[in-house]
Amino acid sequence: MSQVSMSPSMAALGAASRPERRDIGLRGRYAAERRFRLYGMAAIAFGLLFLFLLLFSVVSKGYTAFQQSMITIPVEFSEQIIDKDNERATNPQKLVSANYPVVARDALARVLGVAADDRAAMREVNGMISDSVRVQLRNLVTANPAIIGTTQPVTFLAHGDLDSAFKGQINLDVPEKDRKISDRQIGWMNQLAESGALSKHFNTGLFVNGASSRPEAAGVGVALIGSLYMMLIVLVLSLPIGVAASIYLEEFAPKNRFTDLIEVNINNLAAVPSIVYGLLGLAVFVNFAGFPRSAALVGGLVLTLMTLPTIIIATRAALKAVPPSIRSAALGLGASKMQTVFHHVLPLAMPGILTGTIIGLAHALGETAPLLLIGMVAFVADVPATPMDPATALPVQIYMWANEAERAFVERTSGAIIVLLIFLILMNVGAILLRRRFERRW
Amino acid sequence: MSISLLLLIVAVIGVAGYLVGSQRASALAGGKLSSLHSRPGYYGSFVAIWAMLPAVLALLVWLVASPIYISSTVRDGFPDEVKAESQATQNLNYNMIGAISRGLSLLTPEERTALYADGTTARTVLAAKGVPLAADPAPYMLKAADDLNRMTTASSTFRSILALIIAVAGGALAYRSIAPRFRARNRVEGVMLVALIGASSIAILTTVGIVASMLTEAVHFFNAVPAWEFFFGTVWDPRFAAAGATDSSGQFGLIPLLAGTLYIGLVAMLVAVPVGLFAAIYMSEYASRHVRSVAKPLLEVLAGIPTIVYGFFALVTVGPFLRDISAQLSGLVTGNYSSFIQAQSVLTAGFVMGIMLIPYVSSLSDDIITAVPRALRDGSLGLGATRSETIKRVILPAALPGIVGALLMTASRAVGETMIVVLAAGVAARMQLNPFEPMTTVTVKIVNQLTGDLEFTSPQTLVAFALGITLFVITLCLNIYALYIVRKYREQYE
Repeated sequence: MSQVSMSPSMAALGAASRPERRDIGLRGRYAAERRFRLYGMAAIAFGLLFLFLLLFSVVSKGYTAFQQSMITIPVEFSEQIIDKDNERATNPQKLVSANYPVVARDALARVLGVAADDRAAMREVNGMISDSVRVQLRNLVTANPAIIGTTQPVTFLAHGDLDSAFKGQINLDVPEKDRKISDRQIGWMNQLAESGALSKHFNTGLFVNGASSRPEAAGVGVALIGSLYMMLIVLVLSLPIGVAASIYLEEFAPKNRFTDLIEVNINNLAAVPSIVYGLLGLAVFVNFAGFPRSAALVGGLVLTLMTLPTIIIATRAALKAVPPSIRSAALGLGASKMQTVFHHVLPLAMPGILTGTIIGLAHALGETAPLLLIGMVAFVADVPATPMDPATALPVQIYMWANEAERAFVERTSGAIIVLLIFLILMNVGAILLRRRFERRW
Repeated sequence: MSISLLLLIVAVIGVAGYLVGSQRASALAGGKLSSLHSRPGYYGSFVAIWAMLPAVLALLVWLVASPIYISSTVRDGFPDEVKAESQATQNLNYNMIGAISRGLSLLTPEERTALYADGTTARTVLAAKGVPLAADPAPYMLKAADDLNRMTTASSTFRSILALIIAVAGGALAYRSIAPRFRARNRVEGVMLVALIGASSIAILTTVGIVASMLTEAVHFFNAVPAWEFFFGTVWDPRFAAAGATDSSGQFGLIPLLAGTLYIGLVAMLVAVPVGLFAAIYMSEYASRHVRSVAKPLLEVLAGIPTIVYGFFALVTVGPFLRDISAQLSGLVTGNYSSFIQAQSVLTAGFVMGIMLIPYVSSLSDDIITAVPRALRDGSLGLGATRSETIKRVILPAALPGIVGALLMTASRAVGETMIVVLAAGVAARMQLNPFEPMTTVTVKIVNQLTGDLEFTSPQTLVAFALGITLFVITLCLNIYALYIVRKYREQYE
């Protein structure tokens, strides 16, 4: 009822009979409520902000790593430099040890119009070319010695510093002597860029090459192969063992001391710091069993032990989710316990098991610490042919690059992290899709 | 015959056994399968198991036993003056014999006869084949190496023959026992059950392996360095001694490392606990279903990012940012633009680790808060409490034991975390209270002591195992206690 409709006397009566409103601090309590709620929102915003910052920091530093500056110029394979005394017919070693960087340097100097007797300038010209040109030209010549004496267009890597400068990552306000690239080199760079000789290409080297002390020639190709071997080993070992262990614990094990012990054990193993698994691998697989250090096999075994608890816990949850009526029906029709489990329960639990396995594999893929201890921090330039050969892994490669001081390595590191994150995202999305597609609610 | 080839042949025998066995069972049934006890496949599997399992087991035993036997025979052949020497020298000699025998197997027969005629050329000849020797071999070594080669070849031949005989014999025995009333399924299932039990005991074996391997190495370490000096020493200075020098073993004090670990863990928890708890409370009590379905998975992405990525983030983004902002701050206040926060510091490592731990705190506490019975909430709200009052006075106290358990689990993660601290905390083992200075942790030192060229017997590398077992015990205690609390709490409401 509203005040307006009331007669004055009624209003006076109401005011008199209604007791003075007690201040029970409602205003303060509501303010506290709002504050509390705000804290909650702030906490979530804080977490998401840092998720965003982390990804932004990595992507903004790393996306340029997918492009690489290359120089394309006509190179004269001068007989004077490669094989002065014309002895390559009798001494094939000559072609291997020839001074190829000079060939590339002279070619670039000719394009830039630098006089061959200006030694300081020639040194700066040399500073624009990646050292990897030596191997590249050597391979060209040894594959086809007939090109000696001819002039061929060749595309080779620019030096890491030039690459950074060309991508605009070097601050040109810094005094010339304090930066890695001189004003004259910048001028040449612009000249080359205008003529089209210097351009950015998609960086296939990042995915193909192995470790290198020169950032422009370093890649994660070898590390990817190492990681692939390890993931295969982890999958092949941990999936069957994990599923077998879970089946026993969930379907067969009697409730006794021993199975209790296994249960507590598995829960604890899931929480043991990963570095402890590295110590285990070093002591047992490398020292005791005598497996080679730095081998993908040892890394795979260590990661298997680390992943097993995750897979067992996920598999047991999946088995538990299969309703008992399925088991009773199978048993009632005369199937043995083993047949019930393998023919009926396991297929129904499979989507959950696979989801858990993929998530476990994703964890193993990103794991670094145990691999450091078993010697996978190695400079591996060649693709490992078997899991017994020295190998490295993607996260370990990231760790090694993160310790390099050069600017160009920061870009490579971020690029490698992006590659790693893409793999992880793919695996997790795969797991989610699998769950969405096959998950059954009983 | 190489082992992989041998295994392949055994596997082929097994497959053949399966086919033959199931066919025989079918033939016995004569078109009336119900006259068999088990389905034909089980008879096949039974034959295959008998063909493969004993052969593989015998092979394993042989692989373990034969090197031991060969080595002891060769050592028995050592001249008496060599036998009188220390175990270490004998091992060296034996390793050299191994190298020679490897070299000998690379030589052509003519070269080998020439070598036996003139033993002094052995070193140069073998070096040319890519087998460098540490010294000129003594004459008895050449003979021993030859013996070694002969025995290894003989062993490998016997091994192959033995494995193949066992495989065929096992398969044949099993094949003969096939009869309509033969309970093949029960036999096969028995083997499967044993395999299942074996798989689940791998969990136990792993724990035993962890404890045993670390304890043995740690005991070696404590033989060189007294245990109380390790556990109560306040100086960490493991000088890397030159090879052979034993007097300068350095000091291995655990306390500074433990202090750094706990300090960085504390900073991380100071970041992760309030943020994680408030996020969990908001998500379980306030957020609409829609917000929850977006925010919760996004926050959990933080838990899926590899720690090396956090380490890199701390190293190139957070560390330099804190350093620069501290320079600006001190410049504004004192006019002196020098940074008081170092790029690698307790704060950097702890803060980034805290961000990593947010999802652990939030998802664990979320589960626990959601598990508090509806009736408690309704009662409190019905009496006129606001939502925040309900949370603070009713839900949190009810969920407290569970939350403490969750926080303990998170703390054990913080203690065991490696990559963030390796990249962002620094390597200087110091005891101090300034969070802006670098400190180091147990995990950093494990990595430092074990990467690079290592000589496995020096205390400098063995200390890593003593550190490892300390870490293992700390995290184990935290986890067991946390599990105990959580379990007890869960029973309360079930």
